[in-house]
Amino acid sequence: MPAVRGDGMRGLAVFISDIRNCKSKEAEIKRINKELANIRSKFKGDKTLDGYQKKKYVCKLLFIFLLGHDIDFGHMEAVNLLSSNKYSEKQIGYLFISVLVNTNSDLIKLIIQSIKNDLQSRNPIHVNLALQCIANIGSKDMAEAFGTEIPKLLVSGDTTDPVKQSAALCLLRLFRKSPEIIPGGEWTSRIIHLLNDSHMGVVTAATSLIDALVKKNPEEYKGCVTLAVARLSRIVTASYTDLQDYTYYFVPAPWLSVKLLRLLQNYTPPSEEPGVRGRLSECLETIFNKAQEPPKSKKVQHSNAKNAVLFEAISLIIHNDSEPNLLVRACNQLGQFLSNRETNLRYLALESMCHLATSEFSHEAVKKHQEVVILSMKMEKDVSVRQQAVDLLYAMCDKTNAEEIVQEMLAYLETADYSIREEMVLKVAILAEKYATDFTWYVDVILNLIRIAGDYVSEEVWYRVIQIVINREEVQGYAAKTVFEALQAPTCHENMVKVGGYILGEFGNLIAGDTRSSPQVQFELLHSKYHLCSAATRALLLSTYIKLVNLFPEIKNRVQEVFRADSNLRSADVELQQRASEYLQLSIVASADVLATVLEEMPAFPERESSILAVLKKKKPGRIPDEIRDSKSPQPPVAPAAIVNSGNNTNNTSTDLLGLATPPGTTTITTGNGLLDVLGDLYTAPKISPSTVQQNNIKKFLFKNNGVLFENDLIQIGVKSEFRQNLGRIGLFYGNKTQFAIQNVHPELHWTDLHKLNVQMKPMEPILEAGAQIQQMLTAECIEDFTDAPSMSVSFVYNNVPQKITMKLPLTLNKFFEPTEMNGESFFARWKNLGGEQQRAQKIFKAQGAIDISATRSKLSGFGMQLLDGIDPNPDNFVCAGIVHTRVQQVGCLMRLEPNKQAQMFRLTVRSSKETVSQEICNLLADQF
Amino acid sequence: MMQFMLLFSRQGKLRLQKWYVAHPDKLKKKITRELITTVLARKPKMCSFLEWKDVKVVYKRYASLYFCCAMEQEDNELLTLELIHRYVELLDKYFGSVCELDIIFNFEKAYFILDELVLGGELQETSKKNVLKAIAAQDLLQEEETPQGFFEDHGLG
Repeated sequence: MPAVRGDGMRGLAVFISDIRNCKSKEAEIKRINKELANIRSKFKGDKTLDGYQKKKYVCKLLFIFLLGHDIDFGHMEAVNLLSSNKYSEKQIGYLFISVLVNTNSDLIKLIIQSIKNDLQSRNPIHVNLALQCIANIGSKDMAEAFGTEIPKLLVSGDTTDPVKQSAALCLLRLFRKSPEIIPGGEWTSRIIHLLNDSHMGVVTAATSLIDALVKKNPEEYKGCVTLAVARLSRIVTASYTDLQDYTYYFVPAPWLSVKLLRLLQNYTPPSEEPGVRGRLSECLETIFNKAQEPPKSKKVQHSNAKNAVLFEAISLIIHNDSEPNLLVRACNQLGQFLSNRETNLRYLALESMCHLATSEFSHEAVKKHQEVVILSMKMEKDVSVRQQAVDLLYAMCDKTNAEEIVQEMLAYLETADYSIREEMVLKVAILAEKYATDFTWYVDVILNLIRIAGDYVSEEVWYRVIQIVINREEVQGYAAKTVFEALQAPTCHENMVKVGGYILGEFGNLIAGDTRSSPQVQFELLHSKYHLCSAATRALLLSTYIKLVNLFPEIKNRVQEVFRADSNLRSADVELQQRASEYLQLSIVASADVLATVLEEMPAFPERESSILAVLKKKKPGRIPDEIRDSKSPQPPVAPAAIVNSGNNTNNTSTDLLGLATPPGTTTITTGNGLLDVLGDLYTAPKISPSTVQQNNIKKFLFKNNGVLFENDLIQIGVKSEFRQNLGRIGLFYGNKTQFAIQNVHPELHWTDLHKLNVQMKPMEPILEAGAQIQQMLTAECIEDFTDAPSMSVSFVYNNVPQKITMKLPLTLNKFFEPTEMNGESFFARWKNLGGEQQRAQKIFKAQGAIDISATRSKLSGFGMQLLDGIDPNPDNFVCAGIVHTRVQQVGCLMRLEPNKQAQMFRLTVRSSKETVSQEICNLLADQF
Repeated sequence: MMQFMLLFSRQGKLRLQKWYVAHPDKLKKKITRELITTVLARKPKMCSFLEWKDVKVVYKRYASLYFCCAMEQEDNELLTLELIHRYVELLDKYFGSVCELDIIFNFEKAYFILDELVLGGELQETSKKNVLKAIAAQDLLQEEETPQGFFEDHGLG
């Protein structure tokens, strides 16, 4: 039995020896139960137990608890010990409570009373004991009970340094439980100024407290930055003898240095005060310089402490991300560590470099170490170091090195530890997708992934490759060929069968020309895997088969045979049974056309963030470096594609598929992939030629009043109008066809015959919400007969791109016709009256197609004049009459249209009392039949 | 902030546990069991840090005893290693060439020393002298007390 120090308890030592001498677990339990029974009876029966006895038994209970046994009594005795006037008894009482009492115990009230007494004690050792207990339990009750006491202790001039230290950390513990206990106001400055305390131990403890307070309220504690930098500066420039016992193996105050460097990481670099900033830079430089000095000791403690400060300095440099020199220097320093013989250093260097890789300033510098990092991934003995290397490779990957890194990771995957395979698969899949400039490469990588580590390829990975193949026409043939080859391996992973099945079902036709991959061969190859697969994969394959029937009618019989097989049609799996029977029927009853429609190629998937990335983020929250911070970047490594995307179009095929490089807040619009081409067209194709639209529409509207006036991919403008005499009301309906608001909608009218036609437009809302329709009313008054229909231009802004469309309004003279009924006699009378040269207009024009009398008739009926039947002796001829209403006069108008079926010609004659009206009506109608 | 510290032997026997976060006893036992297994399975030349669940574990073996700390993500690994070393130095100084048995038989002292070094999961005092001074002051208080139990323990009471 070794010597027992201080006021030893012999009974306890004997008991511990007994336990250690037990030969078996059973014997130990027996001995413990005996002791527990003994203690219980002592506590229950003997009222004369003195403090020493209580202490001894409580200590035994503690020991039993630490062996892993449950203790359900003795708490009261321990609480009694707290009020003992013997320090050793008090101390054991506190220890028992710290270890065994949980925060919501009924005993807390009693404990709090004892603590209160000890906090008032004149003996700082008692005060410290009480503070340690508060810090150990740190419950809400304690925060309430001591919330005012402890801050006073912390800043009081009477408090000894050790008590101050305990008070600071005690307060920190209570603050974490109940943040409201920290007093504000003048306290803030008093707490901050603890950084200036002459006692290094007090500063060390206070820095932890201030760090927590700053995290909660950075603005209020901002003053600590200057003090922290000053303190740090004094430490790093101190010689190792200056700080006496706070120098640890020739390193001055490493713990305090690290805490100060951590504290500074709560703020952005102190830019308002150039002096402070300069001083901090000096400190950091000094730390780097010291790292280069020859070691003052060969002990690992020396180098550990020195490097601990260095790593923390590097963390601060990375956090600030503003000093390119320091970042590159950090990178070079870490590069040296990569080949250090200390595993710990290599591990930390890899980890730290991972953060450096995400800074634009040091990304390139990190890339210089690629070879060493690859070696680390392959050669390190410790899997956690290899894992760090993988993380770093992932972080340092960009367009320039993606192929090599992906290749190395794939190669390593073959022998990689099982524990990191799944994550590696995700990483490879993401890198391959993100940096693919050639999607055949991407397809190769993913199929290799499935081949090498099929079990670790999650659903998301193979879903993703299919999404990409479907969305990228240029890679479909290659994908079909490659999966076909991969499936020929004697054994292939079920995930390969899934991908193969899906891709051949969609694109098998692209390789069917080659006799080596003829339809029959494709089908039989897939089907040879069928019996080895799970039900879910079989279900997928059945869908593939019916798709193949559509692509290759020649294998229909063979496929039907498979559907009919008992193992499918009568499968115990209800999904398989249903698919087999439904697909079989479909292949029997549906015509080729129907089949082709039902089994049409899958439409493209909407672009979205890679689901794989989401999985990886979930797996390792906070450990996946986001995109390179490119806000201040002169040359962001991946941004170009994204900028192109959100601005104007190019046919960039290397568009960032993950949409990662797109600045947050803007919706990714990827052009040229057929997904959001609704919008894409806007940028690529010039606006749909308004002139043609207008031509077609305006002529169409000669014969009707309602319909679509203008339409493109963004907007549709409909019209509904009614006319009475010389007045008209026109309703325009603007419809937004997109997912986004159309803004600053502003229609404008232009026409030359201002004095002949008056058009008023009501104001309208300038914003057209996504999918919404708004209406605008126009009124028109015909003052005099006119020829020029007003044109309207609508300008608007869509997706920050201004747009303008122009069209003619359907306002033609014929709209103001009042149809006039009359008999043949009066018609011919008037016809003759209007025989003057100035009153007549005539045109002979070629029919647009074969002359269709009834079609002509129905068209003409919408023109506005009254069609008069039975007047013209030739029943094929049309005669009409109407009055054009204008404000100044009414103009009677007669019309005769004579078709010549043989010649495929029409002769059109218009007579009216006014030459211009005759001309205009004749012009309007010419060439319309 | 340190979440907990465990001392255990090469045979996996727990010698000391100190928790700075409140967990139910059941969970503490589970964590202890799993972590001991994990650490004991590691080879000597491996790195002293490992990502384990949501904590960063820093451990070092001294003779037959493993010292193992669970830290938060942003804590400094190398300094945690040196914190362990400082604790070992303190035990060594106090017991005079400390061995596992000293810690078994004087576990309460091991706790008292730890409480002077680390409080509420944060480093309180890094000076070896100051910690030893505090412990010595405690011992002095004890020695001033009448060794009342002495006679009872020797059957003379």
